[in-house]
Amino acid sequence: MDKYTCDVCGYDYDPEVGDPDNGVAAGTPWDQVPEEWICPVCGADKGAFEVA
Amino acid sequence: MNPVELAKNVYWVGAIDWMTRDFHGYSTERGTTYNAYLIIDEKVTLIDTVKEGYRRELMHRIRNIIDPKKIDYMVVNHVEMDHSGVLPEVIREIEPEKVICSKMGHKALMKHFHQADWPYHVVTPGEELSLGEKTLNFVETRMLHWPDSMFTYIKEDQILFSSDAFGEHLATSERFDDEVNQDVLMYEATKYYANILTLYSPLVKKLIQQVKDMQLPIKMIAPDHGVVWRTNPGKIMEAYSRWCVNEGNGKALVIYDSMWHSTEMMAKSIAAGLLDKGVNYKLLNLQVNHRSNVMCDVLEASAIILGCPTLNNGMLPRMAGFLMYMRGLRPTNKIGAAFGSFGWSGEAVKLMNTAMKEMNFTLVHKGLKVQYVPEHEHLKECIELGHTVGQALLDIREGKEVEEVI
Repeated sequence: MDKYTCDVCGYDYDPEVGDPDNGVAAGTPWDQVPEEWICPVCGADKGAFEVA
Repeated sequence: MNPVELAKNVYWVGAIDWMTRDFHGYSTERGTTYNAYLIIDEKVTLIDTVKEGYRRELMHRIRNIIDPKKIDYMVVNHVEMDHSGVLPEVIREIEPEKVICSKMGHKALMKHFHQADWPYHVVTPGEELSLGEKTLNFVETRMLHWPDSMFTYIKEDQILFSSDAFGEHLATSERFDDEVNQDVLMYEATKYYANILTLYSPLVKKLIQQVKDMQLPIKMIAPDHGVVWRTNPGKIMEAYSRWCVNEGNGKALVIYDSMWHSTEMMAKSIAAGLLDKGVNYKLLNLQVNHRSNVMCDVLEASAIILGCPTLNNGMLPRMAGFLMYMRGLRPTNKIGAAFGSFGWSGEAVKLMNTAMKEMNFTLVHKGLKVQYVPEHEHLKECIELGHTVGQALLDIREGKEVEEVI
């Protein structure tokens, strides 16, 4: 599963880790991360992410 | 123009800005400082610089200690222009061996100054760098409050250079926390947190935990604005620990604007209702209270009651501007309610309710509208609104759940 990096702040979304603090369980691939999810570090939306 | 010694061979060499009264919309009634620090060691190191216009003051202070050409390393903890605006000229003059920054700092420096040939040294979190006798350690603090932000720590002296965190806008001839009026200091530190860092409270919480986990003994905190915490760094750390969890103080704020005093009459009656319940309040008319001072009260208040008449189917511009500002800072954990007078249509109350819903405030009243000038019965309804909000605050104090009405 691809990792995705936030172009704004450099945060890496790792599907294996997910973002459990914000309701995204570990093991969630990028395309299943909800569209309304925002970067937990800088608040940018999914559109700001690119494949790492 | 003397530099000030923080520890042996560690000096403050920044600049004092006695003039600034407006910092992109944040009112700085007491001016500010741009702090830069110089470490004399085998590798002479300058931490951060100053805003454009203050380069001579910085260089003069440095020259009182050492020839600037002897500076080997420059650390850029934060790329915002008030700390980096003079970088191109300073780098040209000093010709440093390394320009030390975080990964995102490198990206931000490139996008600010477009200089690919500076001798960048990108540090990884936790990296140590020996200067000879002293060792620097770097802590990445992304989004506190820019993507590039980082802290630098001198291991041997236990000094944390905290960039824009733990600072305050305050121009003084004194450089240390124990030398200034404590009430003024804490007011300005509160205002700084409220206007710069509220939005990043979840990250502040993580950072404080991270610093605890790293077990870095901190003797002194040296921020990029204001005084150096040499006697009581625990005081500001403790305040940040409190602010970042959005703890309310049980008080209510009635924040309003008025055209012909009708909304103001409502505000005063709501306040009377709050007082009936024994709840302390502040009436903050936006015509006379600057938004950044209001945010200072918002930081710790438990209830926000917004009042505005309707103008051309919308809100008065001062309330609209204030809401834009407050939404950006995203205060949380508040009770909310809205009120306002109107003439032939009354959209303002709905708009204020919507704004508060977007900030996840708990609205305990559907909102109160009065056409033109309130009469006795209307003012009694306002008192009732005050009772409703006051009761909600009392319930919270007793640990009870508060019901949201819209």
